[in-house]
Amino acid sequence: MTKDEAAAPTSTSTSPDSWDLIIRPHRNWLDLKLGELWRYRDLVMLFVRRDFVSLYKQTILGPLWYLIQPLLTTITFTIVFGRIAKLSTDGLPQFLFYMAGTTVWTYFATCLTKTSETFVQNAQLFGKVYFPRLAVPVSILISNLIAFAIQFVFFLAFVGYFALRGAHLHPNWWILATPLFVLMMAGLGLGFGLIVSALTTKYRDLRFLVQFGVQLLMYATPVVYSISSIPARFQPLIRANPMTSVIEAFRYAYLGGGSVSLGGLAYSFIFMVVIVAIGAVIFNRVEATFMDTV
Amino acid sequence: MTVVSVENLSKSYRLGQIGTGTLSRDLNVWWAKARGKPNPLLKIGQKDDGNRDGETIWALKDVSFEVKQGEVLGIIGRNGAGKSTLLKILSQVTAPTDGRIRVKGRVASLLEVGTGFHPELTGRENVFLNGAILGMSRAEVKRKLDEIVAFSEVEQFLETPVKRYSSGMYVRLAFAVAAHLDPEILLVDEVLAVGDAAFQKKCLGKMEDVAKGGRTVLFVSHNMAAVTNLCHRALLLDGGRVVCDGQVSEVTSRYIATGVEQGGEKVWADRETAPGSDRIRLHAVRIVSKGEVTADVDIDQDVHVEIEYWNLRPGSNVAVSVHLLDGLGAPVLATGTASERRPAGLFRAVCTLPGNFLNNGRYSINAIVLTDVTRFEAQVNSVLSFTVHDTGVTRGEYLGVIIGVVRPTLPWKTEYRGSLDSLAPTERVSNQ
Repeated sequence: MTKDEAAAPTSTSTSPDSWDLIIRPHRNWLDLKLGELWRYRDLVMLFVRRDFVSLYKQTILGPLWYLIQPLLTTITFTIVFGRIAKLSTDGLPQFLFYMAGTTVWTYFATCLTKTSETFVQNAQLFGKVYFPRLAVPVSILISNLIAFAIQFVFFLAFVGYFALRGAHLHPNWWILATPLFVLMMAGLGLGFGLIVSALTTKYRDLRFLVQFGVQLLMYATPVVYSISSIPARFQPLIRANPMTSVIEAFRYAYLGGGSVSLGGLAYSFIFMVVIVAIGAVIFNRVEATFMDTV
Repeated sequence: MTVVSVENLSKSYRLGQIGTGTLSRDLNVWWAKARGKPNPLLKIGQKDDGNRDGETIWALKDVSFEVKQGEVLGIIGRNGAGKSTLLKILSQVTAPTDGRIRVKGRVASLLEVGTGFHPELTGRENVFLNGAILGMSRAEVKRKLDEIVAFSEVEQFLETPVKRYSSGMYVRLAFAVAAHLDPEILLVDEVLAVGDAAFQKKCLGKMEDVAKGGRTVLFVSHNMAAVTNLCHRALLLDGGRVVCDGQVSEVTSRYIATGVEQGGEKVWADRETAPGSDRIRLHAVRIVSKGEVTADVDIDQDVHVEIEYWNLRPGSNVAVSVHLLDGLGAPVLATGTASERRPAGLFRAVCTLPGNFLNNGRYSINAIVLTDVTRFEAQVNSVLSFTVHDTGVTRGEYLGVIIGVVRPTLPWKTEYRGSLDSLAPTERVSNQ
């Protein structure tokens, strides 16, 4: 493999007699073909549209499901963790506390689980025709971003409602960092998802692991509790989870409870960049020959 | 100008299972190797072929050729010769193991139409989606939409989800999208040629258009007539290698000639895995003519179909049956033995198709073994095929095509009924 890479030109455009395409055994590790992905942007948007349109066809409530899901989850959490278990919410209204957590967590979790099924779900399509495979995970991020946006607005509506009713909320300038939070959630979901998707071409077990692993991971993230209520000796463990600081910061920005840890955010950001890089490289590696193993 | 250059292209596949099947064991093997230890999962005396079980086969081995602009190249070969693998690599569905391909211009493949159609989306939405998957931009599809719709003849149903389409409409719409790709290089697999005759005609017509427009076509097929008609040049693959490259007529005749070495016999050596049941297992099916196992027979020679089977239960009431199918898979006849009680053991049943009975052409057989008249114990469909060659002995001076599935020599009698001036044209001598 290294021999081939050394012998073959590294880029299709530098070849002397201007070939448009060179097919070789292995691509360069870092050649992610992002330019090609950009040329296929219409395809990405059509995938987004397809996912969005087809999801709720032949359902009665249609896109309303985007609101019903977080609403019911929040109500359940409020009853179970707020009323029955009486976990601390840093003095914030329980409903908003859980809703902030689930809204953020859902985006991360769906990005991860959907991305991780890229190869297995699309084996048929990938086996017939070539297009940049990254188009699929990227379209997943975008179509879930739409769902997140809807749920986010829904969340804001509840924030407004609670504020009018006189709840003690302190939204602050951290709100401006929302795009950064979204980027980090998307990046973490994508990065982990890409790694798992590449591995599932060989090990189908991982699909099951991911499905309930993500559920379990939620309990290792301050979604249903606040980090301040965790005994000090377990705190490093929870803080090692890169989603922790994102959720805490998000909640702080909109509700004013809890705290923002700059160090934690920096850690999560670096973690995110690294995991996306690793994921992209592995994905790129597997994409060339996965048809032979899937 | 050379637009496709293939150099020493090879592709290997692993047979059998890849990996050990579980992550923990793969890690175990990997860890042992990282320390320079042998694979801990190997049985004693087993060959270490990496973290794999099974062997490597070369679907393609050192394939090199070039295609010039505007050329229509036919790629022929038997099943498993590597044709489809070559197309898959050319269309970037999978990567080669070794060698490289260089291409000038946009490549599009008609490997299968309708790729990526989503049943819930409407016809129009699917045209855009499918177009994008095949590499067209949104603007391009928009520009060609009217043309595509007209070609597909489904205007009325454009806003209907394609899951409500008939299969004919579905294929027409899918093909219409693919047909409007306008690539510089078009890859066509013969799977496209399945479907009804009208659809095949459309596909071939489209290929001709592309070729006439000065663009390049790579056409993979079994259909010698189509290759001869459409291609300028042909490439014969066998066992993953290029065995012949040149004039179409030369390559196709070579292809047909290689068939003589092929087959005429199918043997299952292992009684455990042979087709059948716990009562009957097939051992072999053979075509024998002039005392030799062969897949090519002369039209005036008897053809013996031999079926060997193991009867595992003494006293089973066994019958053997053969179906004869023509080249298109349509049944010609079925024939069989009467049921008879047999002791356990290996048996051979032979059926003779007389000479001067079948027409020239290709036939295939299904072999069936039954017990108790109706229990199908073993059935292998299209297990063997053979070609009946017209040696000319029965056709006299007529050189054209003789139609029909069978060509028996039936008795003919012609008699002189009298001079042109005969008075009684209606008078008839009673037969015999």
